[in-house]
Amino acid sequence: MAFSSFRYTLRDAFRSIRRHKSMAFASVFTIAISLFVLGSTLLLVVNSQNLVSEMESQVEISVFLHLDVDRKDALALQKDIEKLPGFDSLEFIPKEKALANMQNRFGQDTDLLGALGGNNPLPDSYRIKAQSSDKVTALAKELEKFPEVESISYGKEWVDKLVSFTVMVKNVGLAVILGMLIAGLFLITTTIRLTVFARKKEIGIMKYVGATNWFIRFPFFLEGMLIGFLGAVAAGIVIYFGYGAAINYCLKTIPFIPVVADYDLLFRIVGLLILGGTVIGAMGSVIAVRKYLKV
Amino acid sequence: MIQFFNVTKKYDNGTLALDNVSVSIERGEFVFLVGPSGAGKSTFTRLLIREGLPTKGQIMIEGKSIIRMKSKEIPLLRRKIGFIFQDFRLLQDRTVYENVAFALEAVGTPVSEVKRKVPNVLNMVGIGDKYACFPDELSGGEQQRVAIARAIVNNPSILIADEPTGNLDPENSLEIMKIINEINKRGTTIIMATHDSEIVDRMRKRVIVLNKGRIVRDDVKGGYDYGLQ
Repeated sequence: MAFSSFRYTLRDAFRSIRRHKSMAFASVFTIAISLFVLGSTLLLVVNSQNLVSEMESQVEISVFLHLDVDRKDALALQKDIEKLPGFDSLEFIPKEKALANMQNRFGQDTDLLGALGGNNPLPDSYRIKAQSSDKVTALAKELEKFPEVESISYGKEWVDKLVSFTVMVKNVGLAVILGMLIAGLFLITTTIRLTVFARKKEIGIMKYVGATNWFIRFPFFLEGMLIGFLGAVAAGIVIYFGYGAAINYCLKTIPFIPVVADYDLLFRIVGLLILGGTVIGAMGSVIAVRKYLKV
Repeated sequence: MIQFFNVTKKYDNGTLALDNVSVSIERGEFVFLVGPSGAGKSTFTRLLIREGLPTKGQIMIEGKSIIRMKSKEIPLLRRKIGFIFQDFRLLQDRTVYENVAFALEAVGTPVSEVKRKVPNVLNMVGIGDKYACFPDELSGGEQQRVAIARAIVNNPSILIADEPTGNLDPENSLEIMKIINEINKRGTTIIMATHDSEIVDRMRKRVIVLNKGRIVRDDVKGGYDYGLQ
């Protein structure tokens, strides 16, 4: 394209936005709302995922060893446990500490050890964490196979519920994001189509005077790109500051619920929205114009 | 030179708009297309700018088939042909100057040339002083002049006018015809579809009469009378 053509194109795109202010504003607003809802959904999903993984990390398996396993063998077991699939971390609890814990629970007034005749009936044990809740059951089964292990315990039912909840959050989150994406795309292209429809006469005249399709398309392309960009920036600003405020509020009022206070992630989401909005605006315009180019 | 060879156009709804039409129009000629509504006048002009293809037959402009033309070449064809309409078809959100400049810009004319050509052509059609007006601030006659200026600013070799005086009073019609005649004198081929018998009778140009898609008369210095009963 010659320089003069490019110059006209640029000027036409800006003039068109200026002369169709209300239409351009409606488009920017629609895009901003769509992307805001999409971005919020994304953050909501990220947070519920985070909540679930927080809960997952608290699932523990208690492994009790046989009483006759001596300390050396008990400690040696650690290496084998660490090799198991799904293993995350462990804590060794010697029988003395287990007894001390129990003593604490009964209170210092009682002489627990004395009552037991000087014998500690408690075994050495491990507290083991799995990488995620869905790996707990498999890990527990592996642990049971060690000859040194007498018994294991973990909240099986609770773990199962957590696993199905995690899966649900993932699926629902994905479905909501996908739905919002489609709804947003549809809304945006419809708005742009309306803007283009209002100017189909202009496109027709351009065809009559012998403008090439690209010459006709390009101002719409630029205009759509600019409108998409502005809408996305508006949505990005609201999300960035809105989420920042929401994090602060949550940390103050409900500190026990973990929120994702990761500004890097927030930046990436806002960046993605701006990129997405710009691309959708440009593509939507070109697609909408195509219909009127067939003269 | 424009040549139609056995051109037939049948629309998807079954209407036979042109029926085996063969005609030849020389460079620089002035031709009126007349005939009742639905006779095929508009189809004739639309086919010339490749707005649709004929069902059968061949159309040549300056020795080149426009039927076999690739879609990429259509804009180039249209730059050689100016088109004016009964309803002017001006862009309401642009000034007179911008409406005319638009036709030059659309084909990539340098800015300096646009600045030189637009005032010239506006002066030629007699509305040089209205360049800053928007179309709705002009009378019908003035709007049609803007449309003519836009159609000829690219120096097309052919000017097609589809009922250009259809929305104008007799006085304005006469003025428009003077301008079109002036353009013809400069060597541009004119093809004008019209219902205005007074104009046709007064101008004494070639008249092609269409009826039901066929050419029923072709007179060198004809009048408007169809000769149809």
